[in-house]
Amino acid sequence: MSALLEVDDLHVYFDTDDGLVKAVDGVSFSVDRGEVLGIVGESGSGKSVSMLTVMGLTRSSNTQLSGAARFEDRDLIELKPDELRQVRGNDIAMIFQDPLSSLHPFYKVGWQLVEAIRAHQNVTKAAARERSVELLDMVGIPEPRRRVDAYPHEFSGGMRQRAMIAMALANEPKLLIADEPTTALDVTVQAQILELIARLQRELGMAVILITHDLGVVAEVTNNINVMYAGRIVESAPTDRIFAAPEHPYTWGLLRSIPSLDRPRDEELVPIPGRPPSLINRPTGCHFHPRCPYVRERHKQVDPRLDAVLDDADHKVACLLPSETRKRIWSELKAGKDPQEARAAVNLEEVEEVGR
Amino acid sequence: MGTYIIRRLLWVIVLLFLVSLLTFIIFYLFPSADPAALRAGRQPNPALVEQIRQSLGLDKPWYVQYGRYMKNLILHFDLGTSYQNNISVKEQIFQRLPATISLTVGAVVVWVVAGVSVGILSAVKRRTWLDRTAMTGALIGISAPVYWLGLVALYLFANDIGKIKIFSGANSYVPLSQDPAKWFSSLILPWLVLAASFAAFYARLLRANLLETMSEDYIRTARAKGLGERRVIMRHGVRSAMTPVVTALGLDIGILLGGAILTESVFNIPGVGRLAYDAITRSDLPMIQGTVLFGAFFIVMANLVVDIAYAFLDPRVRYS
Repeated sequence: MSALLEVDDLHVYFDTDDGLVKAVDGVSFSVDRGEVLGIVGESGSGKSVSMLTVMGLTRSSNTQLSGAARFEDRDLIELKPDELRQVRGNDIAMIFQDPLSSLHPFYKVGWQLVEAIRAHQNVTKAAARERSVELLDMVGIPEPRRRVDAYPHEFSGGMRQRAMIAMALANEPKLLIADEPTTALDVTVQAQILELIARLQRELGMAVILITHDLGVVAEVTNNINVMYAGRIVESAPTDRIFAAPEHPYTWGLLRSIPSLDRPRDEELVPIPGRPPSLINRPTGCHFHPRCPYVRERHKQVDPRLDAVLDDADHKVACLLPSETRKRIWSELKAGKDPQEARAAVNLEEVEEVGR
Repeated sequence: MGTYIIRRLLWVIVLLFLVSLLTFIIFYLFPSADPAALRAGRQPNPALVEQIRQSLGLDKPWYVQYGRYMKNLILHFDLGTSYQNNISVKEQIFQRLPATISLTVGAVVVWVVAGVSVGILSAVKRRTWLDRTAMTGALIGISAPVYWLGLVALYLFANDIGKIKIFSGANSYVPLSQDPAKWFSSLILPWLVLAASFAAFYARLLRANLLETMSEDYIRTARAKGLGERRVIMRHGVRSAMTPVVTALGLDIGILLGGAILTESVFNIPGVGRLAYDAITRSDLPMIQGTVLFGAFFIVMANLVVDIAYAFLDPRVRYS
């Protein structure tokens, strides 16, 4: 079966006054029908930009694009604006981080839903309005027949995101891209929205790409996870393996920074030291090396490739450490050691490295 | 909303009262000339001047005069009579109003059409030669004063003194009721001249607003929905960017209805502005007071209308 969306060596560069920003720098992955994929990374890792590019929303005279994004065998990067418009909101829909600023403040929620429906379906306003009420009901908005005439500012944050989801689902897309859909919401509402997306995904059988900076968010709902750093995928694996046997030092950092109920309460949450790198002047070698606790001289020169780990073809990682060493470091970290202790325990200075 | 409007209307009365008081005080603190002497003619004898002074009530202290003025205004809606010719001020203002309204309405149509379309085009075609040309033109339009632009226009296009005799020049105003075709042709030049700086200002305002709006999240949503670019710009972008433009428009109309003094003077259009100008040069207090109150009334009412309109334009705005 061919994938629904196949992103192949995607590069997105922005020409700015400060220089060329390499926001996405050679990203490849695929999403199958009905799959839920999580894309995880910090701000500036390129996770949003890569998906906005798939939607054609980063096109401008200052943007340099290369690579391909094949959706049902059509390359979205190459499509003419008019053809792309027919895919957007129809086959692929997107929801965003802040539902208040993402809805037009001057139009009623129902009006905006009707507009989304009629952009792709040749139906009367009355029929589209009926469908809007159904959609609001489907996403769990109480009294949808009354709420359809409310303005976005009359909704709560969670209801606004529900309305955004209703609008995205108006034309039954095959792929829903959710860009940090819970980040701007209250913690209690976050879980409800995630549950809603998961439920709708099951009922409608669509594929979902969930973009987040929080690994905790994607744990329950995704099949696979891509971890992105500085415009590239650094680790890609089925969700259970990302949590059980992570291979990349950056993923370890992300995992150690999530609070968890089943760990001792006095255990500290560990932030990843340093800041995300500049996308204009990237670090040489492995892009993560300035922040990596396991850095060695060679890592500052050699740029690692995303390769499958030894015993698992679905699990890919871009790290210069030998797989054996990585497994040992992770077990030390799991045992409660800090990175410096783990580094000493595996005697990193003596380890032999091969390949790139 | 109802109580809000009533409260605002009460404020209108307070404001107009303050404006009238201020005009009176300024007139007496800085007397430009003796109205009685002006009225008496070229070679006045002192007895005549004194007699005129008494008949106009100018021998009384200013607050007595003000009290009498306000009494007539409140009880009879009477703005007094001109020092100059004893004709009712109210009557003269209403007689002049059609010319001012003609000038204002026509200019508004010209500048809204020109300003809005240039503003949208410039924003959409940002950083192209079209945008740069339009914005340079707008800068010139804003910088050129009406009295200069008016004289240049007359010099170039008026059918009496102009180099290219295509439009009616100064002194040609004909009331609409008398001859609509002549009314129209006589006002073309004044409309264009008065509208120029406003059109330029509105184009710049709308362009700046629209550029800001087009980077909003809800514009990205509109594009993500698969809407055509034209609809994204007009229904989503311009709809938001127009709100401040409507505000400015309301206030500008209010100001102009009080009299476009410069344009009316350059083209010698018998409007309220021209009336006010003549009254000032003749120290004709009742006429000055009348035109000032009239202008102030239009401005505060325009403010009120704009604020009410805002609640309809932006559903987030609610008054109580």
